[in-house]
Amino acid sequence: MIGWLAQHQAALRDAVRRMTAAPLNSLLSLLVIGVALTLPTAGWLTLDNLRQLAGDAPGVQQISIFLTVEAGKREFNDIDSRLREARAGNWRFVPREEALKRLQAAEGMAEIIGSLPRNPLPDAFIVTPTDVRPEALEQLARNFSTWPKVAHVQLDSAWVKRLDALLRLGKLVIMLLGALFAGAMVTITFNTIRLQILAQAAEIEVAKLIGATDSYIQRPLHYFGMLQGALGGLVAALLASAGFHLLTPGVAELARLYGSSFALQGPSATDVVVLTVIGGVLGWLGARISVLIHLQRVI
Amino acid sequence: MITASDVCKRYPEGREALRNVSFEITTGEMVFLTGHSGAGKSTLFRLLAAIERPTSGSIVINGQNLASLRRNAIPFLRRKLGLIFQDRKLLFDRNVLDNVLLPLAIVGHPAKDARRRAQAALARVGLPGRERTFPIALSGGEQQRLAIARAVVNRPAIILADEPTANLDSASAGDIFEIFRAFQQVGVTVLIATHDPLLLPNMRARVLLLERGDLSESEQRPVPDTSAP
Repeated sequence: MIGWLAQHQAALRDAVRRMTAAPLNSLLSLLVIGVALTLPTAGWLTLDNLRQLAGDAPGVQQISIFLTVEAGKREFNDIDSRLREARAGNWRFVPREEALKRLQAAEGMAEIIGSLPRNPLPDAFIVTPTDVRPEALEQLARNFSTWPKVAHVQLDSAWVKRLDALLRLGKLVIMLLGALFAGAMVTITFNTIRLQILAQAAEIEVAKLIGATDSYIQRPLHYFGMLQGALGGLVAALLASAGFHLLTPGVAELARLYGSSFALQGPSATDVVVLTVIGGVLGWLGARISVLIHLQRVI
Repeated sequence: MITASDVCKRYPEGREALRNVSFEITTGEMVFLTGHSGAGKSTLFRLLAAIERPTSGSIVINGQNLASLRRNAIPFLRRKLGLIFQDRKLLFDRNVLDNVLLPLAIVGHPAKDARRRAQAALARVGLPGRERTFPIALSGGEQQRLAIARAVVNRPAIILADEPTANLDSASAGDIFEIFRAFQQVGVTVLIATHDPLLLPNMRARVLLLERGDLSESEQRPVPDTSAP
């Protein structure tokens, strides 16, 4: 076990030595891998931010239940208990007086409201469902509309559907882009390892002739690919963080002008770890394929 | 220790490098394999080192039949052999010590002890104090000594050397053979392939003569008694 660990340590040291032996080449490779991973990463994060922005926007993914004008305390309790039973998500009650006050506060509405003989607004429940899929929202809205003393149920389903379709399309594009750049990264590592094998053909041949196993020969190359990929993932995380950091003040300012407190979210610590792992796995894959193809030609 | 029975080696283009070669080498024996260029010495060396497989016949080393040896078992066989190649196969981007450390690194030998063993091997072949030198700075004879040190650092029971004195002057060649004799005297089996018959009369060893793929002669050559006053 100790010998096995020592061999892995030696292989890792060897991989680091190979990487530091040509620092400029290594740096350029890392940058290329970093950029290749940054593009889908930035796209994914943008999509995530859009989803959050859409979720925060007033009226989106919320269902308003307007009660009839004659509905009273008993109807309020009935709807409240039905919502609880339906496990519809979170909801709050907006009494007709509060709704009127809000309407009066809106610019140019105070005079119009003042001229009305009585409050025309009904009591309402604003429901924020936990399941925000368009079909689930529609089902919920249909269900609410069958309840007694419910005058109208409002769900801007067209807007929700459009947004959902847009996000799904964006997700697909990002995934395709990700697959494309993952392929590019595997190719970069494949070629780097191919060059390493060619450059070290003599050393590999000698090692084989004096008793090195295939694993012994392959291990440093696998570590090299994995290390290069993982560091490339870190570079991608750094580039994405830097980009989002630069954009954050501008987006926050824009959001403030629209009355939103939305703040752009860069990659989280988990995202950084995931990127590093993905980079490492892709790097290992590129190295593995290259080793399988090219090592046979040397030995 | 080494038994070859009816070994044939035929290459795909039809050339027959070895024909029904049979011999036996016992533990601690020193054997020369000689013959002209193209006689099949290097082919036999490659078969014994499991670099190639015989077309027919069997080679048994320490009870292992190389003809039926699984591919993944070959490295473990080679670790028990001290292989010295005609072109030495030294790593010119590594210094002398690192060249000798390579076989120990391959078997996962602890670093501290590996260094001690490598230094001992270098001292044994007459290269003490040259650890930091790069092979390019060594003479031909010294490079050959380095190749021997690398071959013996894992303390193999068998040394196989292919033309170890090629391109060396007679004095250097004599020194190299003395090193091999020293290993044989401590029980190591030594098989040396050489085309240089001039060196043979001075060595106490059995000689296998290969001619165009046939093992035509096997004889014991005496050595002058150097211990007499």
